[in-house]
Amino acid sequence: MIPRWIYAPAALGAAFLLLPLVAIVARVEWTDFFTLITSEASKDALWLSLRTSAVATLLCLLLGTPMAMVLARTSFPGQGVLRSLVLLPLVLPPVVGGVALLYTFGRRGLLGDELEVLGIQVAFSTTAVVLAQTFVATPFLVVSLEGALRTAGLRYEVVAASLGAAPTTVFRRVTLPLVLPGLVSGAVLSFARALGEFGATVTFAGSLQGVTRTLPLEIYRLRETDVDAAVALSLVLVVVAVLVIGFAGRPGRSLG
Amino acid sequence: MRWPLLPLLLLLPLTACGGDDGASRTLTVYAAASLTASFEEIAEEFEAEHDGVDVELSFGGSSDLVTQIQGGAPADVFASADGATMTELVDDDLAAAAPQDFATNTLEIVVPSDNPAGIASLQDLARPGLNLVVCAPEVPCGAAAQQVAGNAGVALSPVSEEQSVTDVLAKVSSGEADAGLVYVTDVRAAGDDVGGITFPEAAEVVNTYPIAPVDGSDEPDLATEFVRFVLGDTGQGVLAGFGFGQP
Amino acid sequence: MSLHLSAVVEERGLDVDLEVAEGETLAVLGPNGAGKSTVLAVAAGLLRPDRGRVVLDGRELTGRTAWVAPHDRRVALMAQEPLLFPHLGVLDNVAFGPRSTGANRRTSHDAARRWLAEVDAADLADRRPGQLSGGQAQRVAVARALAAEPRLLLLDEPLSALDVAVLPALRQTLKRVLAGRTTLLVTHDVLDALLLADRVVVLEGGRIAEAGPTADVLERPRSAFAARIAGLNMVSGAWRDGVVDGIRGIAIDPAPVDGDQVVAVFRPSAVSVFRSSPGGSPRNALAVTVTELEPRGDQVRVRAGHLAADLTVQAAAELDLAPGSEVVFAVKASEVAVYRR
Repeated sequence: MIPRWIYAPAALGAAFLLLPLVAIVARVEWTDFFTLITSEASKDALWLSLRTSAVATLLCLLLGTPMAMVLARTSFPGQGVLRSLVLLPLVLPPVVGGVALLYTFGRRGLLGDELEVLGIQVAFSTTAVVLAQTFVATPFLVVSLEGALRTAGLRYEVVAASLGAAPTTVFRRVTLPLVLPGLVSGAVLSFARALGEFGATVTFAGSLQGVTRTLPLEIYRLRETDVDAAVALSLVLVVVAVLVIGFAGRPGRSLG
Repeated sequence: MRWPLLPLLLLLPLTACGGDDGASRTLTVYAAASLTASFEEIAEEFEAEHDGVDVELSFGGSSDLVTQIQGGAPADVFASADGATMTELVDDDLAAAAPQDFATNTLEIVVPSDNPAGIASLQDLARPGLNLVVCAPEVPCGAAAQQVAGNAGVALSPVSEEQSVTDVLAKVSSGEADAGLVYVTDVRAAGDDVGGITFPEAAEVVNTYPIAPVDGSDEPDLATEFVRFVLGDTGQGVLAGFGFGQP
Repeated sequence: MSLHLSAVVEERGLDVDLEVAEGETLAVLGPNGAGKSTVLAVAAGLLRPDRGRVVLDGRELTGRTAWVAPHDRRVALMAQEPLLFPHLGVLDNVAFGPRSTGANRRTSHDAARRWLAEVDAADLADRRPGQLSGGQAQRVAVARALAAEPRLLLLDEPLSALDVAVLPALRQTLKRVLAGRTTLLVTHDVLDALLLADRVVVLEGGRIAEAGPTADVLERPRSAFAARIAGLNMVSGAWRDGVVDGIRGIAIDPAPVDGDQVVAVFRPSAVSVFRSSPGGSPRNALAVTVTELEPRGDQVRVRAGHLAADLTVQAAAELDLAPGSEVVFAVKASEVAVYRR
């Protein structure tokens, strides 16, 4: 039961969000669409984006899952502050993230000397793209998973332990399956965020075809010289994002 | 819900709109980003000589600015970083008078202030393993870099093709890149964080800056006056101070 | 001696010391908040007491320095809700314990089928937890707990969330499988205690109010809670000249002497209700105010504070009783048993 008048601002809000998408679709040169999105540079950018986002999502899972566990299942002084700091990239302008990463992993950054000794150069490499994407995307996984863990509660884990399962077994056979929907939707959101990442990448990783120029960077580059191609690629990104969000929007099917 | 404030945070970046009033006449000048420091000074001099005139400056990539003017942005004067972009304005019948060249710029090698790679010439930029950053070929400074290297027969393999001079400078000044190719004036403007290395081949590719009053201006006379001012002694003096050459 | 548990948990006002013999089922009774669940948490290793020890089969699980993790205690916990893992089938749920302690898939599935049969749930093996009724799920939960072959079984009100229709059958199953198992059973249901437990302890305010064989405690309760769940009236106080708190009764061996703290216990059905004092009779007469009328079949239980009387519906109607009515509860001294606390 909602007040009838609420439909008006709701429709306005929906129009505000959807109209720009409509505008992109309307602006696409359909006759050349396929040629535009299959140019060498476009294919390189799309393929690079998918590859780096997939690796970044994997890193998010590896780093974010333990963090979500610690935040949801333990309590210690300063935990609230730590949570806020970990989630900072959610609200931080990505370009700030890029600058921060530069001063961390860059040649003259905090870890620069150590990395140089190891012979690793991060800046201007595909690794830098993945780092930038992981940096901005991990909080999405942590938020989503911590919520799922808190909702699932401790009860099943207590029972599992009383049946003789060691903590690692409980984590693997009870906790993870129980929060699987949250884990999946967190991973999908992280992937979407990584796919759209621009600011931190352009600041930290640079822009070179096939190495660091992801789809958003390619769109930004084309925007000045080849608007039709930029629009066509934008639509590709919109479609991928819609698919991803559509997938994430189906919660908890696996538990039937 | 654990994040009740999150939607509010999303609203924060709403821009605060404002504008100053009071000044009786306002002249809006759209200028290429590389002119930022010099045009700020020229505008001040111009305001000092013209009582009650307020010069508003808008800086950006030249092609971005033309796109905005084509879209109806209220520019009175347009100063471009290259002829091709100015031609777009002229072709759209948006120039109130024929464009005039007011400055030139040539490329220079930019390195971190301690020049860790020991760069001394254009040929050094082709050294394997060097972190060279240039502008993308679509951007004027990138096109110039390609041309200079092509003329000299030097094969550049940059680690990144940046979208703007600023991005190239940022990567050099932070020490991530060993060298970059930007304009003389950019090196001068960047200050002590970077060093500039001139090279003879640069003289072959000279970038010329044209300026023109924009058609449909509310202040056509003032716009013409400003163009004349930039071309005059004061304007040329300021530009020279920032490293620009005379056409 | 199989389980010895002593624990002080200051935060929850708990201070208990109890023992469960090998193969014995001990029921822990008590009102809400008395500390029953805390006792289970201490035994399961979910809570570390401020002081105390838990020793199971001679192995110190909790102590001043000793600490065995929950999964290493061989103490299985079964709660009010079955809590079957929703992502596993029934068979895998029951096999969870053996699997987790190293048995291979086949061995643990065999064990799971055996334990499902033991609780008359063999036919449920291939179902998903979501396809089970409450009673079926709790049966599977029993099998799952037993399949872990615990040395101690902790049951936390295992029947309280179930439909009354399935209770008798499941109670019988529990009675069968608990025989010979060391078990701590938390309940507030007198039938559970009577049928399943060898002994009971009654917790009140975090302390043990009384302990003993189930039948004794229910027949001769010494705590208000035990009296209530046994459905008996109880008055307590000091014994003086054959009277406790104005009530005369029959003293039971060992006979109390003057000044002893005693309880006087009598059944609600032994109480007669009058509008005014009957006078001149040998009965105890207590002036009370009716607080509640509770229909029970062809009878009405008339409650007045912590005392109760059972009347026929007809008698209650004739007396025109309602909450607030001033009446007299009368009980013959011969119906009142008095014994030391």
